[in-house]
Amino acid sequence: MPTINVDKYALFEALGEQYTADSFQQLCFDFGIELDKDTEEDPARPKDQAPELAIEIPANRYDLLCFEGIATHLNIFRGKSATPNYQLVDIPESQMQNITVAKETADVRPYVAGAILRNIKFTEATYNSFIGLQDKLHMNLARQRTLVSIGTHDLDTIKGPFTYEALPPKDIKFIPLNQTKEMDGEELMAFYENDKHLGSYLHIIRDKPVYPVIFDANRTVCSLPPIINGDHSKITLNTTNVFIEITATDQTKLDIVCNIMVAMFSQYCAEKFTIEPVKIISDHNKTTRITPSLEARKMDVEVDYINQCCGLEESPDSICKLLSKMAYTAEPSADRKFIKVTVPATRADVLHACDVMEDVAVAYGFNSLPRSTPNKSATIGQPLMINKLSDIVRNESAMAGWVEVMPLILCSHKENFEWLNRVDDGTTAIKLANPKTAEYQVVRTSLLPGLLKTIRENKSVALPLKITETSDIAVKDPGSERRARNERRWAAAFYGKTSGFEVVHGLLDRVLSMLRISFITHEEGLTGKSMDFKVTENPSPEDGYFIKEINEPTFFDGRAAAIYLRLGGKVQRIGEFGVLHPTVLEKFDLRYPVSTLEINLEVFL
Amino acid sequence: MATTDGVPQDLSIQTLHALDKASGPILSAEAFPKSTFTEIKAALDRLASREMVTYETQERDEYLLEPEGEQIATNGSHEARVFEALRQAVEGLTVQEIEKAIGDKTVSKLGQSKAFKEKWISRTKDGKFKAATDSIKDVTLEQVQTVKATRTHPDPKILAELKKRKLVRVQKIISFKISKGPKFALEIAKEETDLTADMIASGAWKTATFKPYNFKALGADQNSGALHPLNKVRSEFRQIFFEMGFEEMPTNKFVESGFWNFDALFVPQQHPARDLQDTFYISDPLIAGKPGESSSGEEKKSYEEYWENVRQVHENGKFGSIGYRYPWAAEESLRLVLRTHTTSISTAMLHKLASKKGPDGRPPPARYFSIDRVFRNETVDATHLAEFHQVEGVIADYNLTLGGLMEFMDIFFGKMGITDLRYKPAYNPYTEPSLEIFSYHKGLGKLVEIGNSGMFRPEMLQSMGLPADMRVYGWGLSLERPTMIKYGISNIRELLGHKVDLNFIQRNPAVRLDKD
Repeated sequence: MPTINVDKYALFEALGEQYTADSFQQLCFDFGIELDKDTEEDPARPKDQAPELAIEIPANRYDLLCFEGIATHLNIFRGKSATPNYQLVDIPESQMQNITVAKETADVRPYVAGAILRNIKFTEATYNSFIGLQDKLHMNLARQRTLVSIGTHDLDTIKGPFTYEALPPKDIKFIPLNQTKEMDGEELMAFYENDKHLGSYLHIIRDKPVYPVIFDANRTVCSLPPIINGDHSKITLNTTNVFIEITATDQTKLDIVCNIMVAMFSQYCAEKFTIEPVKIISDHNKTTRITPSLEARKMDVEVDYINQCCGLEESPDSICKLLSKMAYTAEPSADRKFIKVTVPATRADVLHACDVMEDVAVAYGFNSLPRSTPNKSATIGQPLMINKLSDIVRNESAMAGWVEVMPLILCSHKENFEWLNRVDDGTTAIKLANPKTAEYQVVRTSLLPGLLKTIRENKSVALPLKITETSDIAVKDPGSERRARNERRWAAAFYGKTSGFEVVHGLLDRVLSMLRISFITHEEGLTGKSMDFKVTENPSPEDGYFIKEINEPTFFDGRAAAIYLRLGGKVQRIGEFGVLHPTVLEKFDLRYPVSTLEINLEVFL
Repeated sequence: MATTDGVPQDLSIQTLHALDKASGPILSAEAFPKSTFTEIKAALDRLASREMVTYETQERDEYLLEPEGEQIATNGSHEARVFEALRQAVEGLTVQEIEKAIGDKTVSKLGQSKAFKEKWISRTKDGKFKAATDSIKDVTLEQVQTVKATRTHPDPKILAELKKRKLVRVQKIISFKISKGPKFALEIAKEETDLTADMIASGAWKTATFKPYNFKALGADQNSGALHPLNKVRSEFRQIFFEMGFEEMPTNKFVESGFWNFDALFVPQQHPARDLQDTFYISDPLIAGKPGESSSGEEKKSYEEYWENVRQVHENGKFGSIGYRYPWAAEESLRLVLRTHTTSISTAMLHKLASKKGPDGRPPPARYFSIDRVFRNETVDATHLAEFHQVEGVIADYNLTLGGLMEFMDIFFGKMGITDLRYKPAYNPYTEPSLEIFSYHKGLGKLVEIGNSGMFRPEMLQSMGLPADMRVYGWGLSLERPTMIKYGISNIRELLGHKVDLNFIQRNPAVRLDKD
């Protein structure tokens, strides 16, 4: 969520009320913004600086991204002022400033809009807010200027008609904002390469064959969007006529940004809330039009829908009144079944009747809405079978004296393969494209790395350590829609002065016997672990598990076995246990022997 | 057993014999002057635990001579020595001569002034000193000698004076006054530490003496197994969901397509949540299959319709929504990600629900929940890990209201002892209205956010084919945050991951959210 800093005293003055910390907090809470910080009591605030409020704004309320927006909407919400009626200055098309769009711009940044704020009077505070809103819009809605970027100019230093063109970088020469030297497009890229602020926007156009550029009638470069404006037309505190040009790759967002910019600052024009339009001539892509549109949308919203969702029984008139607190103009339809809602051009967040319905609820007060029983229909509770099975295994392991741990699911490629003496054949591990650290490169395909890292971090705990985890791993699965699948595993690790091989083996026996799986052995005289099932001398088609010595590099030679399960006559390997190879211990920085066990639990479903 | 064994046997026996010989109580300092305090205490505790002796501790001050005091005890006080020197010299002595006669400058100097004060000596006309009396009584010497002999003095004022003059120092002496106990005997009977099977078989328990149990010590360590604290909290949540009629969702899909994780939830393709900064994308495998690719017939048709609805509702708007109005890219929707929330699973479940038919031929009301791991490409710090658990619930029913949602939350959170909830308007791309749930935290003295809730947007639900009057509540919270608040854990790495302390897991008490 974006955070906006506003001058506390100025805001309270605009609201015409001196709020206490609590009462202002409450106002924000009710309206749906969040007071994050108040620097009034902050000892770090310089004495000559007015205290600031940091206010968090919902990410879709672009109309609240500046002081003007917050003050206006809080005043409307409190019933202190009406929704401004933003108007375009009525001038004939022939007298309008215009921007002619060259078709080459389609290759780099196809859309442009323009607007003029006439006879505006900036103060230092409103000037800073004007710049601040551009920054916030660039950051949020404009996705770091990739989608939209704004340029503002002192109209009295330039002369229309304007053109929006796309030229090879070499052919664009101008002095960038706050610089003294003229440079061309290529030089400019090199010049701002390491600039902390602008450096991060260069990639948007850098490798394009042509760069977008806005010229005035005298071929003065107004701006090179989305990077920088020209120094020639820069606005200052004394600028009275502001020319705004906005370029974009997304036309919807272009219009939203344009409306927000002019709506917020037209209140400082000599003729309040009026905006002089600019004609865009762009026949090649059928976007010739007059901007900004400032068109207020009309919506018909069912009275019953609003009342039902909110659990209210308000009259159409009362709903209209509530909507006016949220900056809508609304009136009941003739049959009083609908509310005819006019959505101001600044409320780009309103997409559906549900948005209007929510605003009725906000205006009414969420916490004042009548309550009703949530138990409309009876439903039946039901656990997921794999979780029920896991709980049996988890509880049996804990009852057998093992401590449950919960390591992370993401790990490094090395921990998952190389450190376990395993080789990545490319068919199992899911690999991440953009991890911030090497700790997170793959989704684990085994529970062992997490267990071994847990032991590594717990060397000071009294020996022996007996830990267990029952959780998911994930592997590639080309046949499924997501090309991957999870698998529920159960694993344990023993760390002590002796290997603990038979302890781990015993845990396997115990837990499997609790799952009514019997141990099948070839050895005469060996008995199974449980009483209620038969142990056979010879392998027979009966269900059960048996183990077979394996020689795999993860484990110490002669101290490892694969675990096989026979269910319904079908035999499959479900996991393995053994004493880890000393080279594995070395990788995980473990000093004592470790025995591990890991099996797939899904076979028992 | 925790007892006082390991004491030299003989000191206990010696004590018993000493007591036997004496007519009354004995003092340890007198009876065993060479034994240390610890040795005596251990021997006495052993006897006392058998009620063979009783004892009380006595603390007293003992006065010892400082080197100067020792000197006085041997040679007499300084003033006496000055007087003696002058008494022997008939003509009187000068200061230097006194010093020479005594052979110690300090003694002579201190002695002169004291002897003068006592009027034992006087000044002659020629500036010399002479004896002023025939004989004196050296009180200081007597006092010092008394202290030396008895380590104290009957007159406390004198002791204070001597101490002030730095002739003596004090030492605290602890000793024991020992008396016979009710079970006094000269021999210590063999004591049994535990009742054994052999004793029961032989009947020896009838005559055996049992060593008393130390009821102040802890019992034996159980080397217990333990469940992880987070899983214990998870069990409580699951219990609450089951009580309220919820079905657990199959969340066994860490990998999701952009479609299920974002697009189907009406999250636009340029939404910041889809940034590389926030979401883990997968490089291998790279691209998902289209939803329902392996299905056939009616099912396949329904998936195709769903896909098309999602595209339209984003690109041009549908179901009464104007949509986001941007060119929607199928490739973006098929990119694979690690799920950023389990709402992707809820979405798939609701989509399945849309094709179910209840008794009235319409999708039946449903309640689903899940608690499972989700992934965010966060920079790791004390409160953020790249993984955490999301607790999620959804309720689908006809004509649900906002009041019902808040009422439900009050009951749900009330079951874990969280009351006085407040609801704040918020923004979430897939719910409208969206309500952030706050609760007043007494410890922190402020409202803290404990979860998010809302009603899923019609754009999301109607794309699935759910009827317009079926509304769906959805809410979510992390498993870690309430656990951390409840148990005062400030660093998430102490709760989840391989750095968690095994002792912490083992000692963490049972979780009773309704009670703790």
